[in-house]
Amino acid sequence: MSLGSTLRDHPHFLEQLYRLTAYVVRKLDPLVARIGYDRANRWLRYPEEWVKRIVFDCRMCGQCVLHSTGMTCPMSCPKNLRNGPCGGVRGNGHCEVIPEMKCVWTEAYERSLKMPVYGQEILWLQPPVNRQLEGTSAWVNMLTGIDREPPPGWQGTTQEIELSVQP
Amino acid sequence: MNDEYIAGSRLERVLRSGRFAVTAELNPPDSADPQEVYDAAVVLSQVCDAINATDGSGANCHMSSMAICALLVRAGYEPVFQMSCRDRNRIAMQGDLLGAVAMGVRNVLCLTGDDVTAGDQPQAKRVFDLDSIQLLRTITIMRDKGMFLSGRKLTTPPRVFLGAASNPFVPPYEWRPLRLAKKVEAGAGFVQTQYCFDVPRLRQFMQRVRDLGLHERVYILVGVGPLRSEKAAEFMRTRVPGVHIPDEIVDRLRKTPKGQKRSEGKRICVEIIQQVREIEGVAGIHVMAYRQEELVAEIIEEAGLLPRPSRLGAPDPRELARPRKWSRA
Repeated sequence: MSLGSTLRDHPHFLEQLYRLTAYVVRKLDPLVARIGYDRANRWLRYPEEWVKRIVFDCRMCGQCVLHSTGMTCPMSCPKNLRNGPCGGVRGNGHCEVIPEMKCVWTEAYERSLKMPVYGQEILWLQPPVNRQLEGTSAWVNMLTGIDREPPPGWQGTTQEIELSVQP
Repeated sequence: MNDEYIAGSRLERVLRSGRFAVTAELNPPDSADPQEVYDAAVVLSQVCDAINATDGSGANCHMSSMAICALLVRAGYEPVFQMSCRDRNRIAMQGDLLGAVAMGVRNVLCLTGDDVTAGDQPQAKRVFDLDSIQLLRTITIMRDKGMFLSGRKLTTPPRVFLGAASNPFVPPYEWRPLRLAKKVEAGAGFVQTQYCFDVPRLRQFMQRVRDLGLHERVYILVGVGPLRSEKAAEFMRTRVPGVHIPDEIVDRLRKTPKGQKRSEGKRICVEIIQQVREIEGVAGIHVMAYRQEELVAEIIEEAGLLPRPSRLGAPDPRELARPRKWSRA
């Protein structure tokens, strides 16, 4: 049992931690702005990668949606799916590509059920990944807002799904 | 669903008319000869409303689905253009979509795609720039907003009837109807499922789909197909990604005497079709049989789904195919 997998089995703790991190990072915005976002990115990207890699097996896509995907990194799915599991999941819930690994999305779904704060966000439609942000700090990108900027054509489309009953 | 057709394709018209639709899968040839496509399509076109052209299914390379669709349109058939996210990035896919529609394609099925490791060239680079839901919405944006993902305007938007895939037969089962809901939200007008060999599982899935009100927003075509023998069944459930075959089916084939296995496999398929038809919210079936077009025709006939409404009044495809026969001259 690694530290990362132990932590990931406590998604409610992690979502609280996420909330705290997001709060702290936003509070630091004036300071980061004075340092300069580019410089802050150079400083922060390695510590961020180190922390997130241990806990989430982070792939540094630079536009973190962890809290919307059951505190499970969707980029660790071999197909990089951000909107749910593919149709290739094995009968035992393992990955089509890496048979010994549990499907990232099977885990994400189970964990999202234990997340009272952000659990519902797993139903949101995630826009295409901005590949230009790969390798940059998602914390800094959160402050500049570039991580939540979908392609121009995508803007104005719905994020939540319409259902006749709540799941 | 409003009164106007989205694309006015034959498939859309059949589904909108409330008739039980039948689609079938055409397995692309490993050949540069269009006649091989026509030979397979001739059989299928008599018994179904639309023909799916697979896009490197199982991550094995075959003739491209776009080219097959163009050939099918040329011969007067109704293709469903399968687009998988495995091999192309968003630039290629948006361009291919415009090209396909320009050539007369009206139905597009958006898929994530089997991983490269499933095929015979596992060394290839996997792309997955978009996922199937993002692809669905990208095409919806092109069609309804008349622009590329970048916001650049299209002079003529592509009128297409959009489809998606669904696999109710693999975990996480409770999530599958919700993923379908995402696909509907992203623009799917019809859905073709993975092979159904487990009807009780499908019933559970459809119950949830009806609870969520999705069966009124999307046409669901259930995937079916024959098994040749217990060996073929074993191969499919262990080697083909996402295929679930219950032990009862495999045992039934195992107990069948040699020489009758093929017809028993066909009988199982026909029985599944008859059970699936009874489920509320199922709008049709999608028949898949790897390079066994004749068998597909027999199954559809034995399931009592002939004649197809869409064939009436349409020209005999054989007449269309013949003059276009490819020759070296």
